[in-house]
Amino acid sequence: MSNVPADRRYAKSHEWLKLESDGTATVGISDYAQNSLGDITYVQVPKVGAVLKAGETFGVVESVKAASDLYAPVAGTVVAVNPVLERAPETVNSAPYDGGWMLKLKVVDPADAAALLDADAYAKQLD
Amino acid sequence: MSELKRTPLRDFHAAHGARLVDFAGWEMPVQYRSILEEHKAVRRAAGLFDVSHMGEVDVRGPGAAKFLNHLVTNDLAKLFPGRVLYSPMCYPSGGVVDDLLVYMWGAENFFLVINAGNIAKDLAWIREQAKTFDVAITDHSDDFGLLAVQGPHAAEIVQSLTTADLASVKYYHFVEAPVGGIHCCISRTGYTGEDGFELFVNAGDTVALANALLAAGGPHGLELAGLGARDSLRLEAGYPLYGHEITQDISPLTAGLGWTVKLDKGADFIGRAALLAEKQNGAANKVVFFKTGDRRIVRAETPVLGSDGAVVGRVLSGTLSPILNEAIGSALVATPAIAQPLAVDIRGTKLNLLLVKPPFVALKKTS
Repeated sequence: MSNVPADRRYAKSHEWLKLESDGTATVGISDYAQNSLGDITYVQVPKVGAVLKAGETFGVVESVKAASDLYAPVAGTVVAVNPVLERAPETVNSAPYDGGWMLKLKVVDPADAAALLDADAYAKQLD
Repeated sequence: MSELKRTPLRDFHAAHGARLVDFAGWEMPVQYRSILEEHKAVRRAAGLFDVSHMGEVDVRGPGAAKFLNHLVTNDLAKLFPGRVLYSPMCYPSGGVVDDLLVYMWGAENFFLVINAGNIAKDLAWIREQAKTFDVAITDHSDDFGLLAVQGPHAAEIVQSLTTADLASVKYYHFVEAPVGGIHCCISRTGYTGEDGFELFVNAGDTVALANALLAAGGPHGLELAGLGARDSLRLEAGYPLYGHEITQDISPLTAGLGWTVKLDKGADFIGRAALLAEKQNGAANKVVFFKTGDRRIVRAETPVLGSDGAVVGRVLSGTLSPILNEAIGSALVATPAIAQPLAVDIRGTKLNLLLVKPPFVALKKTS
């Protein structure tokens, strides 16, 4: 069974988004997604300052098996990317919800997160 | 998945946490834990692979040697009882039907090991070609399990389970002996570039042999390894895979397997005329191996670009080398373009191909 923490929200395309107290949001992919992909070998993320629309492709996660697009769960501006992933993309496999985060966004409207799935709804989608 | 064929180890794989996938119509473990980790375990210590899906065919009779020398491109005269030969078998066009191992038991008794995905095609082809020879062809693909123990610790692991003196079994030789009390044919062959063994066993004994090897190998660092690691290991070693580097349209000469094509062996084999012409005229395309210095995998069918950006070839196999930590692969490239700088475009990024004569990593296999 996949791990689906309740402290964040999820897109149907398997990205998670966690609103932080400073108004930014952290984005990564779910445990289910990393497990489906298998060994992750490369993560392509945008540059800091990139402006993303909700649902826009922001990068690519690549495994031995396949390359998959990554989608922005909400609109926002990229304020940080995870520097660890360039050298150690497998961190997404080992720690999808913390060390394997991909982006920090300054979101346009924190209320947009309400349109995403909560942990229960996302877990049901996986069944 | 209900129609997929299963090896005797299917439930063993499931119990060990394998991710089972459809491979050429077989329900096979692509990985247990991690393709990259299983790959590294084989290079570092040892891996245990189920390759029971491979086909086994007996070729017997007074005409067996003559028939096989007609069927395959390599020279059967190099064989003696206990010796193994690698060879392609070709169509008259020079394209490849399959690549296989020929085991010689005796003057009139040979055993072929063929690719799982080609069993039906190969049997039909072999039987058709055998019609004019005094030879009997028998399919034993369902009768045998086949386990591969590969890696620098493979010899000590298998030796701990058998009284046969494995030091005297050289690369591409085989003996019959019990392993863990189970009757086996022990073949010093493999598809990883490491030292190792392939153990043929009666199908019903496969689970017991796998458990014996796993128990004996654990202290030596043996890990279960799936077909994902098998593919990245063979590519790192520079070995061809049927359907990629060799196909109905890619001859052994194009693929760089000239050492397996014995045009002067004194027997007119299938494909000889076409292969002789290809050798004399030069191949229009060549299979090359490359690395990129980048982690982005260059996948099969990616176009290969010449210095002016024109398409001069296509990628045949591509993966990430877990040892080099960069993308490696093979490509079919128009012969005149090989001297140019070659590149691929991966999602808008141009990556230059650095051509490499494989193996990509130093290998320690015995010879």
